[in-house]
Amino acid sequence: MAEITEVPSPFCGIGTDDLSIQVDGLSLKVSENGCAVNTPAFEQAITDTSARVGGKEVSLEVAVTKAAELLRVSNQPVIGGCATDVNGMRAVMAVADKAGAVVDNINFTGARRNFLALQDTGWMNTTLAEIKNRCDYLLVVGVDLEGFAPRFFEKYLWNKESMFLEDTSQRQIVYLGKAPSGDASTSPAGAKAKVLQCADADLPEVMEVLRALVKGRKIVAESVCGIAISDLQMIAEQLKAAEYSVVTWAAGALNFDQAELTVQMLSEMVKDINTMDTRSSGFPLGGKEGDQTANQVCGWTSAYPARAKFSAGCPEYDPFLFDSAVMIENGEADALCWVQSFNSASVPPKTELPSIVVARSGMVFDKEPDVFIPVGTPGIDHTGHAYRLDNVVAIRLKKLRDSGLPSTADVLNAIEQAL
Amino acid sequence: MLIKLTGGTVYDPAGGIDGQVKTLYVQDGRFIKQPPADMPVDKEYDLKGKVVMSGAIDMHTHIGGGKGNIARMLIPEDHRKDPVYRSDITRSGCGHAMPSSFTTGYRYAEMGYTAGFEPAILPINARQAHMEMADIPILDKGGYVMLGSDDYLLRMLTAKKDQKAINDYVAWTMNAAKAIGVKVVNPGGINAFKFNQRQLDLDERNSHYQVTPREILQVLATAVKEIGVKHPLHVHGCNLGVPGNVETTLDTIQGIGGLPMHLTHIQFHSYGTEGDFKFSSGGAAIAESINKNKNITADVGQILFGQTITASGDNMRQHANHGFANPNKWVCMDIECDAGCGVVPFKYRDQNFVNALQWAIGLEIFLLVDDPWRVFLTTDHPNGAPFTTYPHLIRLLMDKSFRNDMLATIHPEAQKMTTLASIDREYSLQEIAILTRAGAAKLVGLDDRGSLSEGAWADITVYTEDADREKMFEKPDYVFKDGELVVVDGKVMHSKWGTTHIVTPEWDNSVEKDLQKYFDRFMTMKVGNFKISNDEITEDGRGSLTVHSLNSVS
Repeated sequence: MAEITEVPSPFCGIGTDDLSIQVDGLSLKVSENGCAVNTPAFEQAITDTSARVGGKEVSLEVAVTKAAELLRVSNQPVIGGCATDVNGMRAVMAVADKAGAVVDNINFTGARRNFLALQDTGWMNTTLAEIKNRCDYLLVVGVDLEGFAPRFFEKYLWNKESMFLEDTSQRQIVYLGKAPSGDASTSPAGAKAKVLQCADADLPEVMEVLRALVKGRKIVAESVCGIAISDLQMIAEQLKAAEYSVVTWAAGALNFDQAELTVQMLSEMVKDINTMDTRSSGFPLGGKEGDQTANQVCGWTSAYPARAKFSAGCPEYDPFLFDSAVMIENGEADALCWVQSFNSASVPPKTELPSIVVARSGMVFDKEPDVFIPVGTPGIDHTGHAYRLDNVVAIRLKKLRDSGLPSTADVLNAIEQAL
Repeated sequence: MLIKLTGGTVYDPAGGIDGQVKTLYVQDGRFIKQPPADMPVDKEYDLKGKVVMSGAIDMHTHIGGGKGNIARMLIPEDHRKDPVYRSDITRSGCGHAMPSSFTTGYRYAEMGYTAGFEPAILPINARQAHMEMADIPILDKGGYVMLGSDDYLLRMLTAKKDQKAINDYVAWTMNAAKAIGVKVVNPGGINAFKFNQRQLDLDERNSHYQVTPREILQVLATAVKEIGVKHPLHVHGCNLGVPGNVETTLDTIQGIGGLPMHLTHIQFHSYGTEGDFKFSSGGAAIAESINKNKNITADVGQILFGQTITASGDNMRQHANHGFANPNKWVCMDIECDAGCGVVPFKYRDQNFVNALQWAIGLEIFLLVDDPWRVFLTTDHPNGAPFTTYPHLIRLLMDKSFRNDMLATIHPEAQKMTTLASIDREYSLQEIAILTRAGAAKLVGLDDRGSLSEGAWADITVYTEDADREKMFEKPDYVFKDGELVVVDGKVMHSKWGTTHIVTPEWDNSVEKDLQKYFDRFMTMKVGNFKISNDEITEDGRGSLTVHSLNSVS
């Protein structure tokens, strides 16, 4: 048995890299700094070790050949999931280019809210270390932050030391919309976060009023969607008085129509505050299931985010038309390749289409795909790179054990070669 | 494999050859002297009447790293105008202002370039820079790691750490980030912006650290010299784009006290405040200062008219300029107590007075700097213009009548504010070869590149002589990379992977102890996970590292 320290996690999205993991053959045990997200993800046992075609165990070579055949006869294949490491995603791009496929990351419909805002007006954002050392005021919009990342407060807000704050326990935390699910946001000094609750669908209106107040516009009403204007006025004043406020949101949690306008509203509010003789930054939460990785790699290889189509022989981008789920539903796709290196519970959408699944060992199907190739998990079975939620830091994933499972890149590169 | 390149007219400034007819031999990727008579030639190319130069090297081009990818994400409408279709040997992509990685490699190669250097690698983002560049085919690549607004260095300066400690930190960071040079961007200014400072002049203090840009430049330029790195400190100065910044730039040159220093995209730092619009050319003054101070080199950062996107580490200045965003969208980021970035789309217009004069100022500098070994051909891709405009820029430098025809079309008030029409200089082919090959290789510190001499790697570009220099330089007959033919008639015929150029200066191990404490206290990753290992570059079987020599350190 060996213990490996300073293990980075590709699962939680916040790039935690202080885990200690005991390795005993193929079995892993998180011995230090685990959490509700990371511990089960690391400790999950390997069940499948061999590829299947039509439910029958076959060699990897036979499975790869069959997968290539299905892609070759397809007119419009879609590659869904796209939840993998950098090399896995590079291989996805190579297959898509050759097979004329659609590439669509599993979280894109959520992330689309951010991309639409970004591509319309842009934003001013920050990263984790700036939050850890500078943020004196955190406004959390429409998301249960500790549910999203259990160790976020412990690591990045209630850190004992910071370079620019005398006392990190004096940071102010305010929730707008969803209330926190636990007490992680309560400061070490015992101060509870201020919570201004409203329904998710009311956030557009509430954010609009908050931005108006930040800009000094007069609001005649006394409340909006159950929140007192005076409370919002106070937040507006506090945002302007803070030295480095941060406004955070999770696009995936803003589950209502035209939520991109809410992302835009809060991003524009952050820009406004930066013209008022102080600093403020946005901080979008994400980074799970390889979503930032998919967008980054698709970004540099095709110039578009990870919802792109290659059937015309060149990349095309449409955040709505190339939604793989919609394409499958509407009969616009005729083959599915599902790539999911991290999460065996994340199964492909139900479909009668010819299906190839390249996924973490242990995936259980209602309907057996035509081809299933179990792969190693990046950061457990092989080295790799994954992007953290702030998009700037790519963490170097370690190999913890020798399982013999191929990497996603190995498998997809072999399929690309066989095409 | 022995290749014979017969009878071309060779321009090889590194080897002292200026337009002589010569036959070259390449064996296993490198130039050799005339081989023994009994050695069979595997392939011969008849280059009679052709112009032969080494592969061009872009010593400052934003081709890898986070801000470039933000730029890509920001402007899908720009990509749609320039789709790039896949072929049996090339990948699909998009072009124009901020091309995809594969397209970047193909298009550079198709213009005869065989290497490009990313000038702004944030240490914390270095992995991304290398991963993106790993997906740029054909070209060799490398980069300059950005320091000067990182809190670690500023804390060292406040704590009055000695130069030796700073040297160790710089050397350690270069190794950790796999760099070949060191860059500073708006020295300390990116950091000051996080403390809500909106400008930082050369002697202005960071409100938290009380450190000035001048001090930062001094210690970093000294460090680079003392650890033996050949590429001088690469400086994006204070006050980018601010009218009157010519004075800051002249002061920066004087203030460095003879230390080697490279001033990048100097056009953006050469503005006066004269005239009706309080914006004038400082080109002549800057060129004069460069001519006088032999320790100074500069690349121009020429602007050319049209749509592009600016991507810079200088978020202080990018934020100040966001009002010029065209289309009106932009991104600024504060990054990891390390640096920042700002991405602002720009459309330079010839009928805009400021843009028109910027165009003229860049050309003035090119033409008034006497020594072609100390000035370099860049547009600061994509900031002044996409790199695909280089052939046009070369024509502007080589063809006075063409240049004056262009001058006659720009904003009339800008025409009055430039001396360009009175400058007769036309660059020669040899001088272009210096700017884009021999000089660049020397400046970056590349051993065995940028030359056609025995022992050098055989990166070769062959052109057909044409009085229209734009046509000549946009479509080489042949391009060889490491002796392999990659481009024929301006089209990629074969793709391969270039190497990553780095240096590995030495440092004292004790520096890592302090860094480990700093990372554990304030950063968001372990110092061990921060350092890039060699296998991260090489494990995919395509990448490789080439370590270059250092100056001897006394």
